[in-house]
Amino acid sequence: MERTVIVRMEKISKLFPGVKALDNVDFSINAGEVHALVGENGAGKSTLIKVLMGALTKDSGAIYLDGHKIDITNPSQAKLYGLGAVYQDVMLAQHLSVGENFFLGKLPMTAYKMINWKVVYQEASKILENLNIKIDPKKLVKDLTVAQQEMVVIAKTLHENARIVIFDEPTALLANDETEELFKIIQKLKEKGVGIIYISHRLEEIFKISDRVTVLKDGKLVNTLNTSQTDENSLISMMVGRSARDMYSIGHTSKKAEIVLEIRKLTKKGIFENISFKLHKGEILGMFGLVGSGRTDIVRCIFGADIFDSGEICINGERAFIKSPLDAISKGIGLLPEDRKKQGLCLNLSVETNINLALYPEITAAGIINAVKERETAESFRKKIDIRTPSVSQKTQNLSGGNQQKVVMAKWLSKKSKIFIFDEPTVGVDVGAKAEIYKLFEKLTRDGNSIIMISSYLPEIMGVADRAIVISEGKQTGMLLREEYIGMTNKDEEKFLRLASGLKVS
Amino acid sequence: MGIQIVKHGLLSKIINLVKDKKILAAEGTLLAILIFLATFLSFASQFFLTVENITNLVRHTSIVGVVAIGMTFVIISGGIDLSVGSVLGFSGMAAAILMRDGHNIYLAIIAGVLAGTIVGVINGFIIHKGKVPPFIATMGSMIVVRGVIMLISDARMVSGLPREFTNFSQLSLFGVPNLFIVWLIIMFLANFLAKRSLFGRNIHAIGSNVEASRLSGIKIQDNVIKVYAFCAFMASVAGIMMTSRLANGVPTGGDGFELDAIAAAVIGGASLSGAEGTVLGTVLGAFIMAMLRNGGTLMGINPFLLQIAIGTIVVAAVLIDKQKKSKR
Repeated sequence: MERTVIVRMEKISKLFPGVKALDNVDFSINAGEVHALVGENGAGKSTLIKVLMGALTKDSGAIYLDGHKIDITNPSQAKLYGLGAVYQDVMLAQHLSVGENFFLGKLPMTAYKMINWKVVYQEASKILENLNIKIDPKKLVKDLTVAQQEMVVIAKTLHENARIVIFDEPTALLANDETEELFKIIQKLKEKGVGIIYISHRLEEIFKISDRVTVLKDGKLVNTLNTSQTDENSLISMMVGRSARDMYSIGHTSKKAEIVLEIRKLTKKGIFENISFKLHKGEILGMFGLVGSGRTDIVRCIFGADIFDSGEICINGERAFIKSPLDAISKGIGLLPEDRKKQGLCLNLSVETNINLALYPEITAAGIINAVKERETAESFRKKIDIRTPSVSQKTQNLSGGNQQKVVMAKWLSKKSKIFIFDEPTVGVDVGAKAEIYKLFEKLTRDGNSIIMISSYLPEIMGVADRAIVISEGKQTGMLLREEYIGMTNKDEEKFLRLASGLKVS
Repeated sequence: MGIQIVKHGLLSKIINLVKDKKILAAEGTLLAILIFLATFLSFASQFFLTVENITNLVRHTSIVGVVAIGMTFVIISGGIDLSVGSVLGFSGMAAAILMRDGHNIYLAIIAGVLAGTIVGVINGFIIHKGKVPPFIATMGSMIVVRGVIMLISDARMVSGLPREFTNFSQLSLFGVPNLFIVWLIIMFLANFLAKRSLFGRNIHAIGSNVEASRLSGIKIQDNVIKVYAFCAFMASVAGIMMTSRLANGVPTGGDGFELDAIAAAVIGGASLSGAEGTVLGTVLGAFIMAMLRNGGTLMGINPFLLQIAIGTIVVAAVLIDKQKKSKR
């Protein structure tokens, strides 16, 4: 089949407050090719896709379809132009049948204005057969496996005459054989002349199925090359290669202190297995892994928010039986959850209440809260860690991301926690507040506290952590010492990325 | 006593409207509406501002008001309790039967309140442990408990209650009806409980964000059971008040009170999505509701039209509140 350009994106720029998410990026997609899009978190991949799909509007640049300039301002328009997307979380009506999902909003009718189910299922069968997908169109979507659901989405996208299909991390939730199945269908799509944009963290997949690959870094286009003319190593070094900034230069406490927390063979079936590590007093232990690698599940189990199946947790040398967050809190552990809005804060309550939330039982006598202590605590932390709010009775939802994160921190500081678990502490936090949060890490560890910091942002791990564990698909694939990555070179980043993708370190 | 509160509310309303528009502004607005309504009715009907009418109004409002305070707590915790009307009837009926059978008045009251409160504990347990949505769980117990009332009373009125008991609701202290005094005391205690107690803070936190509360070490189960028990306790107390006022155990007693209680709380600024609502707001809401009904009747407004108006006002109150919030 002749390779004609379907869509060409030229000099696309997109500005978010404070960040240039896309900076003069060129990108094109041909008929019948798989074009892979790679880059670290925050490199601009999803922004580029969202611009193409009309979910975001570009600030400058142009998009051409079949050589004609087009303006995509909303997702339904993108659909009309033949652009379809298959996202990581499947978007289907779960309680309806497969066939019905194909015809959502345009179900065929009989002469009596009733739904013509015969046509629905006949057509649906045809669509599925066309792609060699063996699913009964009468089945309800919720009864299908995730992989099958993904196939249905692909079929649906094609049924809507999509000329370009975007796969955003399609294999994140699939098992190996299901991935194979998916690749076969992608092959089919190629043969039909559909252009495919393929986004994945898993480099081996990219070499398996893509024809071309485009690397983005910090919103800029690094290169677009033929996949056959490159290899994993050069891709990784193109993806990384950013110098460390002063932001991460914090003081580190001396090593060889006593062990405050030891995890032995912690396992939660199907999520993570045999996780073992030690945390020393005054140490910052980094935990690196891709989203969905099980890292959040591990710390949630340590904190008692979820239940694990086997393994031991020891605190200060003693076996600890943690069955609820309350158990963990009373043992001196504090968790700053991944999603502070959903799990960390009571947004429509005051800053003061949020700071005192874990402390209340301590400042309560005969069921009555000591209002003076409550106010004192809130005020003292507001000053100590500089929470910027007009008053502590302000609702937490009115604070900026960085200050909200500080409120969650103050909650555990006031509770005098000793072990702090930070899950993605700087997501959605601006650069200034980021630096302040790292400074706070320094102070915490200097005072003899210990920190576990989960992050998928490598510079953060390399810049701040004393040691780092790497988690890949629920397994502990490596443990790196600060000396091994202190230079924050590309080579060091490569090491992490390889471990996190389950590859061997060369 | 009652007048003092009004004055205090007025003052703080003015201060707050000038200083900080958010905190008591809602209560201030309600108070203004209430004063407007009262003034209007005083001119519109010669029967409104009479000792007899006002005492009657206050007596009735006190009973619904006590139920509404319990409801406010449940709403703050992010739940709803449809069983309060039945619980009210149950407690009142149980106490009435015991008194009729010659048991000690106080014993009968305690037993009645206890019986009602147990329903709340069961509600809380089913809602938390069984993960049944509060609406369904309490709707179930609303029906079940009403059935129990019919069963124990043979669906007949229970009369022949002791004078000391029935008189209580008819008497006044320095001109203030006893029932209102009971409500006042409950108001103060409940306000304190909501604002200053650990329990109050916990239900606010749970209503705002259950997961964040759990991850902060708050025992969700304890607090959920407690809040439904508290609500049922309030309804049970109201049941005793009602039985005293009607001088009979009435099988249909409290029927439909759940809606009045919810309406009072919602007009008073409570949000069904949780964490919002105040005792003072609910009290004002209860008065506004009662005054609309009373005033409408006195002015001879068609009762069906009145019903339409009241329903509209409840929805309008929430609508205005939402509009104000989305503007922020």
